[in-house]
Amino acid sequence: MPQGDYIEQHRKRHGRRFDHYERLRKKEARASHKHSTMAQKSLGIKGKMIAKKNYSEKALMKKTLKMHEESSSRRKADENVREGAVPAYLLDREETTRAKVLSNTIKQKRKEKAGKWEVPLPKVRPVAEDEMFRVIRSGKRKTKQWKRMVTKATFVGPAFTRKPPKYERFIRPSGLRFTKAHVTHPELKCTFCLEIIGVKKNPNGPMYTSLGVMTRGTIVEVNVSELGLVTPAGKVVWGKYAQVTNNPENDGCINAVLLV
Amino acid sequence: MTMDTVDAGMGKTVMCLLTDPEGTNLGSAMYIPQNAGPLQLTHLVNNFLNNEEMLPYSFYVSDEELLVPVGTYLEKNKVSVEKVLTIVYQQQAVFRIRPVNRCSQTIAGHEEAVLCVSFSPDGKQLASGSGDTTVRLWDLYTETPLFTCKGHKNWVLTVAWSPDGKHLVSGSKSGEICCWNPKKGELEGSPLTGHKKWITGISWEPVHLSSPCRRFVTSSKDGDARIWDITLKKSIICLSGHTLAVTCVKWGGDGIIYTGSQDCTIKMWETTQGKLIRELKGHGHWINSLALSTEYVLRTGAFDHTGRQYPPNEEKQKALQRYNQAKGDAPERLVSGSDDFTMFLWEPSVSKQSKKRLTGHQQLVNHVYFSPDGKWIASASFDKSVRLWNGVTGQFVTAFRGHVGPVYQVSWSADSRMLLSGSKDSTLKIWEIRTKKLKQDLPGHSDEVYAVDWSPDGEKVVSGGKDRVLKLWQG
Repeated sequence: MPQGDYIEQHRKRHGRRFDHYERLRKKEARASHKHSTMAQKSLGIKGKMIAKKNYSEKALMKKTLKMHEESSSRRKADENVREGAVPAYLLDREETTRAKVLSNTIKQKRKEKAGKWEVPLPKVRPVAEDEMFRVIRSGKRKTKQWKRMVTKATFVGPAFTRKPPKYERFIRPSGLRFTKAHVTHPELKCTFCLEIIGVKKNPNGPMYTSLGVMTRGTIVEVNVSELGLVTPAGKVVWGKYAQVTNNPENDGCINAVLLV
Repeated sequence: MTMDTVDAGMGKTVMCLLTDPEGTNLGSAMYIPQNAGPLQLTHLVNNFLNNEEMLPYSFYVSDEELLVPVGTYLEKNKVSVEKVLTIVYQQQAVFRIRPVNRCSQTIAGHEEAVLCVSFSPDGKQLASGSGDTTVRLWDLYTETPLFTCKGHKNWVLTVAWSPDGKHLVSGSKSGEICCWNPKKGELEGSPLTGHKKWITGISWEPVHLSSPCRRFVTSSKDGDARIWDITLKKSIICLSGHTLAVTCVKWGGDGIIYTGSQDCTIKMWETTQGKLIRELKGHGHWINSLALSTEYVLRTGAFDHTGRQYPPNEEKQKALQRYNQAKGDAPERLVSGSDDFTMFLWEPSVSKQSKKRLTGHQQLVNHVYFSPDGKWIASASFDKSVRLWNGVTGQFVTAFRGHVGPVYQVSWSADSRMLLSGSKDSTLKIWEIRTKKLKQDLPGHSDEVYAVDWSPDGEKVVSGGKDRVLKLWQG
């Protein structure tokens, strides 16, 4: 039998001391004094550890007491007199303070400088390279794997001619080339089929921009001369930016929203 | 009274018909020489009306004021001599107020921004409420502080004098109303509670309806208006019905209370039992301000430009007389300015459809005010302009541009010839109605101007704002 069990066995057979429970109670009553002497007498790291533990327990106790003290009876909140007195007609209005207006204009200027524009789709799912390209095997034994075929919609300009097939690394299949996009005006809510002039920026990287790949979130420039927009100076606007809003490789068409 | 009856063929006379603003003709069409100007026409009208003293009149031909001789007007506008020219005459105020042009005193005293100022109806006392929770009374002769009335717990948002000048009542942001004795500057009784949120406006019952002034109505953000009795010191009736904050309240001369609210409606209440009479709908956004055509007369009660004091029993009659004179035969008109950039002109006792919609402002309309004679409406808007409209038809007259910040409040001079506006750009501007131009620019405040008032006797102008000082301006 394991040694601890002998103690238990004895207890079961003969019971405990007659004053066992009395002594236990008194010992527990003295525990706080003992703890306190230990805390006061301990030196070094041990003392610090005990002090830290005591403090965290004290803080917790204070919190629970405070919680209990919160009465459920509601009292009228004493409204302190606040600063910045305004007359009654300005009370319900949130007027931007002068400081705020100034900081807003500075922020606006900084944004313009940095070239960060507000677009309808600020974040798009990044497209991985293996999703974008398919490896084309070439060569007599089909062992060379340096060619890639683009699997997403692309735009090539009207004056596009392929590089000599032996040397072209990126193949843009003609089936996935688009020239027109369905562009929606955000405020007027009407859609026009406009010609694409060029791909301005693809969020997945500058390489895709240069290839002319159009995925969701790409900024393209479209020909808006049909719409008849005129600048305040009187010049006719013929090109505007639009952002692609669908996945053209799945749908077979490009839907975009005009950036006004 | 003989007029030169020269033949029309001589080309020197023109056929004219003089009518008053309500449309009744003064005599029949008559020949008037073409070199007759406003002065001669004034003589003519005075004679026709058998006035004892020469009263000044202004003349309008098709809504344009006639400032030059009739002949010149005809040439300029190429009106045919053969048609009868209708000239509308309007009586102007007998007294003339000097324009204010200098700041006579800058009185400091308030510890926080000054939120509201008001002259007493006789123009002898001045009270101002501020964000430091005090109401201060100022002595106009020495231009120094008189009393500091403490008793409010939060910002004092509105002050209102009773039309007999004996009581002063102020409302605060914590929803309590304090009554003050203006002679001693003491709190009368304890603050009146009842409203749960801040007080947006106070309006007294007119003197001609109840002679010692007892009742007044207050509006609050909590959506109800309450009628209080100052002698009983409690709320008699609670007018609840609005779903959002009540932004302004006016007690009309015919005993109806008008309340405008953020729930885009104006409600009319009768005062004996507090029942809703009518609801005026039309606005698309919050109603910021209401104005009645007889408002100025109701505010000043029995006092007029002569500055006479009347014993209590005569006050009521004199006030009634002034009220009837200002009102004329037409029903009382109400104009409301709203956050939807437009105003509506109503004749509330006639119909619940609006008479006209006054559009033109490009930002919300903060304050509307009828001129003391009820002929003009001035509106102050956050689009930095003050617009002047015809007070009877509601037609747009002119826009006063000059401020570079939102215009907060306007105030009229007692003779209706000048208009004062205070704005966020810390300047006050006085506009002349006759020439429709800027008369005087009053810079001097160092921060936004929140409240302006012109004294009923026309002597002084007071303005207070965010820079915590009160400025008194004089002619």
